[in-house]
Amino acid sequence: MNAYGLMAVFETPADAMHAAERVRDAGYSKWDVHTPFPVHGLDAAMGISNSKVGWFTFIGGATGYTTGMIMIWWMNAFDYKIVIGGKPMFSPFYAFPVSYELTILFASFGSLIGMALLNRLPRLHHPLLRNRRFCQGASHDKFILVIETADPKFNADETRKLLASAGSKHIEMVED
Amino acid sequence: MSAAVEHPVPSSVKIAPPPAELEREPLVLNNRSIGWLSDHIAGICEGPAPKWWLPALMISSTALVMMLGCIGYLISTGVGVWGLNQPVEWAWDITNFVFWIGIGHAGTLISAILFLLRQKWRTSVNRAAEAMTLFAVACAGIFPVIHVGRIWYAVWWLPPIPNNYDIWVNFRSPLLWDVFAVSTYGTVSLLFWYTGLIPDLATMRDRATGKVKKFLYGFFALGWTGSNRHWSNYEKAYLLLAGLSTPLVLSVHSIVSFDFAVSQVPGWHTTIFPPYFVAGAVFSGFGMVLSLLIPLRTLCKLEDIITVRHVSLMCKVILATGSIVGYAYGMEFFIAWYGGNPYELAAFKNRAFGPYWWAYWSMISCNVICPHLFWFKKLRENMLFVFIVSIFVNIGMWFERFVIIVISLHRDYLPSSWGYFRPTWVDVCTFIGSFGLFVTLFLLFMRYLPMIAISEVKGVTPQADPHHPQGGAKQGGHH
Repeated sequence: MNAYGLMAVFETPADAMHAAERVRDAGYSKWDVHTPFPVHGLDAAMGISNSKVGWFTFIGGATGYTTGMIMIWWMNAFDYKIVIGGKPMFSPFYAFPVSYELTILFASFGSLIGMALLNRLPRLHHPLLRNRRFCQGASHDKFILVIETADPKFNADETRKLLASAGSKHIEMVED
Repeated sequence: MSAAVEHPVPSSVKIAPPPAELEREPLVLNNRSIGWLSDHIAGICEGPAPKWWLPALMISSTALVMMLGCIGYLISTGVGVWGLNQPVEWAWDITNFVFWIGIGHAGTLISAILFLLRQKWRTSVNRAAEAMTLFAVACAGIFPVIHVGRIWYAVWWLPPIPNNYDIWVNFRSPLLWDVFAVSTYGTVSLLFWYTGLIPDLATMRDRATGKVKKFLYGFFALGWTGSNRHWSNYEKAYLLLAGLSTPLVLSVHSIVSFDFAVSQVPGWHTTIFPPYFVAGAVFSGFGMVLSLLIPLRTLCKLEDIITVRHVSLMCKVILATGSIVGYAYGMEFFIAWYGGNPYELAAFKNRAFGPYWWAYWSMISCNVICPHLFWFKKLRENMLFVFIVSIFVNIGMWFERFVIIVISLHRDYLPSSWGYFRPTWVDVCTFIGSFGLFVTLFLLFMRYLPMIAISEVKGVTPQADPHHPQGGAKQGGHH
C-alpha cells in the first residue's frame, strides 16, 4: 500500500493545538493541521513563522505606482503632448489619483498571487481530498492532524502512538 | 517561533469562562455548534429553492429585460430619448451612477474597515454585503457608459487607447480618474470577495452530491484543504487586502465627488465634497444592506446568525454617518453665505426654495430626520421599523444626488440659459430596471453561494477558541 500519511482526527481546537505542540516538539517537519477556520495560536503551536505574503503586496504596489506615473508621463507629456489650460505637461499631482488606484490594484493582485504561490495553489488533486472522513471533517467541524509518510522521522508505529497519546479518537492511514 | 519550552500552568489556576455579567451578548445565538453553522448556511444553497425564490427571480429578471430594452432603444435612437436638455446635460444617468456606486461602499466598509477595527460582528454580514457591493458596482458601471451617446466610441474615452489622431486620453480630467477608481474598485472588491469565498467553496465542494456541483465548487476552491500552513498565508493576504481596500473605498467616492468639485458650477465647486460623499455613500450602503438582510434573515431563518444586535449595530452606523451627512448639508449652506460668493448663495437658495424645492425637502426629511430615530434602542430593535427607515435612507440618498446634479445644473451663471429637467419614461424604466439587475444577481448569489461567511462565523464562536472551555481548554492546561 502506497500511503500518503497518518491522519488523526480531533474534536476540539484545543486538543488539536496540544497535539500540534507535541508533534512539533517531536521534531517532525512534513505535517499539517487541517481546520475549518483559522485557529488562533496554532501557528505558534506548529512553529510556523510569519507569512511572506507582504513582500508580494509591496512589490505589486511599487510596480503599480511606477506604472501609473510612467504611463501618464509618457502618454500626456512625451508621446503626444497636449497643452491644457497652460498647465505643465507633467506634474506628479495630476498623475497621483490614477497612480494611487493602480498601486492598490497591483498590490491586491500581488497579495492574492503571493498567497497562491506560497500555498502552491491552485491544485486540482490532493490525496487527502479522496478520503471521505477528511472531507466530512476538515471543512466542517473537525480538526485533523496529518503527518506525511515522506517525513524523515515518520515511523508507522511510533507516529501512531504519539498521535494516540495526544488524545485522538480516530487515527487512520491515508492512501496516496 | 521557537516556543519549544512548555510553560505549565499550575493546577491552582482555573480556566473558566468570564462571569456572566461580563460576557458580551454572543454573536451566534443559542450556542450553535460549528457543525450546525455549515449545515445551516450551506443548506440554503443545497435544499430545494424556497417558494418565494422563483417568483422573485421572475419579477427581477423582467425588470432586467426592461432595462436592456430601454438601453437598446437609447443606443439605437440617441440620448434624446432621455429628458436631458441644455443646461441639464447630466440628470438621472449620473444620479443613478453615483447612487449605485455609493451603495457599494457599505460592503467594503463592513468587509475591510470593520475587519481592521476587529469588529467581530462583521462576520455575519460581510459576505452578503460584499456581494451587494459587486452587484451595485455592476449597476453603476452601466450608466456612465450609456450616457455618452455614441457608446461605440467609448473605448477611446475610457481606457488609455489613442484615437485616430494618436492622441491619448487626458489624465488631468477627474472623469478619467473616475474610470480608474471605479474599475479598480470593482476589481479589488471581486478579489476580496473571492478570497473570502475560497474556504467556503471548499466546504461546499466537500458537501456537494452532484458531479457538476462538486467539480465547479472544487474548481473555484483551488484545492483548498484547510491546511494551517495555508491559513497562515491566507490570513495575511486577507489582512493586506483589507488594508488595501480601506484607502481604496475612501478614494473612490472622493474621486466621484471630484467629477463635480473640480468644475466651476455653483453648488459643485466646494472642498467639503470628498468627505461628505464618502459619509453619504456609507450611509446609503448600510441602508441597502439592511433592506436586503432584514427580509432575508427571516426568510432564510438566519435569526441566530444575523441577530438583533447585528441590526442594531448597523443602525448605529447609519446614525453616525447620517449625522455627518446632516452636518454637511448645514455646513454647505453656512459656507455659501459665509464665503460671500453671490452665485454660490443663489445656488443654495435655489436648492431649498427654487422650482425643485420638493426634491430638496424629500432629501432633508429622509436623510436628516430619519436616522435620528435610531437614537432609541426600542426602534433599533424593531425589525419592521428598521426596514422601513432603511428604504427611506435609500430614497433620500437618491434624492441627494439628484439635488446636487440637477438643481446645480439647471440654473448657473446665465439666466438666459436656465432650464428645467423632466424625466421621460425611458429614464424611469432604465432606473427601475437597474434594480432588476441588482436583485437578479443577488438572488442567484444567495442560491448558489454561501450567503454568510461560514468559516469566519465559525471562527468567532466560543467553540472555536482553544482557550475557552467550549473550545476544549482544560484546567491547568496551556499551550
